[in-house]
Amino acid sequence: MKFSDFICKDAIRTQLEADQKEAVIRAMATSLVEAKKINSKDYESIVEAILKREELGSTGIGRGVAVPHTKHPSIDKLIGTVAISQDGVNFESLDGEKVHLLFLLVSPPDRPGDHLRALENISRQLRDDTFCRFLKQSRKPDEVWQLLEEADNHQFPS
Amino acid sequence: MQTFRITRVIVIQNSQGLHARPADMFARLAKQFQSRIELVRDTQRVEASSIMDLLTLGAAKGTSLVLEAEGPDAQEAVDALVRLVESGFPNDEAEVEEQASQGDER
Repeated sequence: MKFSDFICKDAIRTQLEADQKEAVIRAMATSLVEAKKINSKDYESIVEAILKREELGSTGIGRGVAVPHTKHPSIDKLIGTVAISQDGVNFESLDGEKVHLLFLLVSPPDRPGDHLRALENISRQLRDDTFCRFLKQSRKPDEVWQLLEEADNHQFPS
Repeated sequence: MQTFRITRVIVIQNSQGLHARPADMFARLAKQFQSRIELVRDTQRVEASSIMDLLTLGAAKGTSLVLEAEGPDAQEAVDALVRLVESGFPNDEAEVEEQASQGDER
């Protein structure tokens, strides 16, 4: 599953101002509403579900990456977005590091395979230090999108 | 100190596969042991104590993986990790929800 299969280009945010976990998640979900990928009426329940999932265990997977996510019945196809935080957000990651690269995923309730493949793709690409570094340095959503496309085209060996 | 090398085949049991929550549980458990622990899928070899590494396997239900541990507590490590996998990662709430919804259909 390539980034371009599930990341919403219009929802990408660089230079996040929010620096607390909940505020960051809210900002990312808002960007999906603005990109018309989720309904504003579903916003609150989606955010609640994501936060509830975080309570079970941080989605900070190490190396400054987090993958907050949830399933939601209003969604019929996996959708995601990327946000870059320059200063970092405390996500209570297992490795204790702040998070700079966030991938928010919302999936339909009955397709665990898509979610798993998205996680697989995210983790494979982000194992590459160069890719991580370039992402973190991105100042504009277009730059992020270009990097994602390059990753999809195997420009970053992993 | 004696070093042991233990290898076991494990099969992912839970319907949601090895996603973030089970990967987190697996990594935390692996970290508790001294031994070097790796998971192998075909030609992919990853560190069991890294959530990100585990996620790169994209291991769905039914996937066979080879668990390898090397060190003084390799046997304990393998036993514990096998137990976790074969029990289907209890406390994986996505799994619990899935089973509950299947129960509703009956």
